[in-house]
Amino acid sequence: MNSGIARIPRRIWNFYYDGFREMTVGKTLWIIILVKLFIFFVVMKFLFFPNILKRDYDTDEERADHVRTELLKK
Amino acid sequence: MDDLMTVVDWSRWQFALTAIYHWLFVPLTLGLSLIVAVMESIYLKTKSEKWLAATKFWMTLFGINFAIGIATGLILEFEFGTNWSNYSWFVGDIFGAPLAIEGLVAFFIEATFVAVMFFGWGKVSPRFHLVSTWMTWFGASVSALWILVANAWMQYPVGMEFDPAQMRNVMNNFWELFSGIAVNKYMHAVFSGWALSGVFVIGVSAWFLYKNRNVAFANRSIKVGGWIGLIGLLLTMWTGDGSAVEVTKHQPMKLAAMEGLYHGKQSAGIVAAGIVNPNKTWNNDEDEYLFDITVPYGLSILAKHDVNAYVPGISDIVKGYTINENGDTVNTVSYEERIRQGKLAHEALRAYDTARARQDEAAMDSAVNMLRQYYPYFGYGYFDSVEEAIPPVGLTFTSFRIMVILGSYFLLYYIVALLAVYKGDWLEKQKWLQWIAMCSVPFMWLCSEAGWIVAEVGRQPWTVQDLLPTKAAISEIQSGSVILTFWLFALIFTVLLIAEVNIMVKQVKKRSLTNLETDVH
Repeated sequence: MNSGIARIPRRIWNFYYDGFREMTVGKTLWIIILVKLFIFFVVMKFLFFPNILKRDYDTDEERADHVRTELLKK
Repeated sequence: MDDLMTVVDWSRWQFALTAIYHWLFVPLTLGLSLIVAVMESIYLKTKSEKWLAATKFWMTLFGINFAIGIATGLILEFEFGTNWSNYSWFVGDIFGAPLAIEGLVAFFIEATFVAVMFFGWGKVSPRFHLVSTWMTWFGASVSALWILVANAWMQYPVGMEFDPAQMRNVMNNFWELFSGIAVNKYMHAVFSGWALSGVFVIGVSAWFLYKNRNVAFANRSIKVGGWIGLIGLLLTMWTGDGSAVEVTKHQPMKLAAMEGLYHGKQSAGIVAAGIVNPNKTWNNDEDEYLFDITVPYGLSILAKHDVNAYVPGISDIVKGYTINENGDTVNTVSYEERIRQGKLAHEALRAYDTARARQDEAAMDSAVNMLRQYYPYFGYGYFDSVEEAIPPVGLTFTSFRIMVILGSYFLLYYIVALLAVYKGDWLEKQKWLQWIAMCSVPFMWLCSEAGWIVAEVGRQPWTVQDLLPTKAAISEIQSGSVILTFWLFALIFTVLLIAEVNIMVKQVKKRSLTNLETDVH
């Protein structure tokens, strides 16, 4: 029983591993997905899309103060 | 920050580009997952390999769409954090909570059931596989729920109270988020996905008929796709009607813009086709339309389900009056008054800020009371003229007509496709019909995207209705970086779209050469 439970992670791993290995159309798709995720998350997010409030302010109070100033000056 | 409106406009274009691109994939995911689940259910019931082959064929196309579309929605969240940081903060947990639930649900569904759907053939029991396929459909539909609830809140903000200390709207009633606007919007979007996918299945199947390959498979697919699509389209029309009633109640300016209606009417007709006069404004005497074909009573029925109902126009709403169900003229709040109240709300917030710096509790309380009084029109305080609060009428009007005219066309399309496929070999022999079936596919996407343009352009200038216009929601960023990323996204999206279409076409061509009665690999 215990060894059966212990084998579950291994079986899940094999399930995904075999699934990916046996893919046909999927290989091209996975290359596209990985390239896309790299461009989105590494290039675009890192270089062009910072979360401005998280980057520039340390606390929620500072963020609220900034937004209040912004909303009152516009 | 350089020119404010340049940043606002480019950020809006960027958001529109991303949302339009994202929506190319979502409706096909919502509908094709259902079609695949139905086919697999038939397979499990009949144990016929031809249904297994059909299931696997459409599942492959579903997988391609899913893979290319995945994560495109996350870019919208990047844009919230960078371009629209004031907005992101202002909406607080109301937007964050549904999106967080959506993220969790999507992750668990995608990591488990989608994997079982694709990798589980022969490894899990047929019943569990079928459950996984249905769960994929269910997960995609639930995922859409949270996004659309958040979107509906922006159109009709309820269930919250603004806290000036946190500068956020704090949720005080979760269930109020499921407003009539939210429920109709959700169902309208999901059912439109069924309608779109049905057209996709019929279009691809028509190509099989055109090439005279796997004819029985194509006919079978048209039957399943046709019925699901037809039901989806009828439900889309029903919920669209519900949406119109909700918009009339909560966003009358949007309805007036959809209709290009400047002067309200009792027993108002609806313009079936027409061109709005670009020189018409809320306060001049120009004609509303350059030409129009109007269906009598149509707008009153659409807006209030009453042939005698009065529908206010843009000028009436700006001036602040309407006519109630008894035919009496009643005053509403004019836009000039809303601007005045909005500016008072800003003054109150400023007073709160000053009092807070002085730690003057009494002055803070007084400022909060004043802010609460005028808060419903907080966003109008950013405008100097009433014109700024009127949405782009031409684009909203035209998009609405594209959606409705194409929607009506697709009702006919489904009826003809189903009649033709049940009428023996009619669809198999009529090449012109096959051409129409194939060439109509892109127009279904146009119809679907036009619906979103109506919903989003029609509510301009608001990011949050009456509370936060786009020009206040924008971050302090440089226009150059927004323009650069706009073109980068345009390039990436174009390449990805070409890749998807290519992979799909290759797959369809390749599989069309196999026997889709018996080929279950």
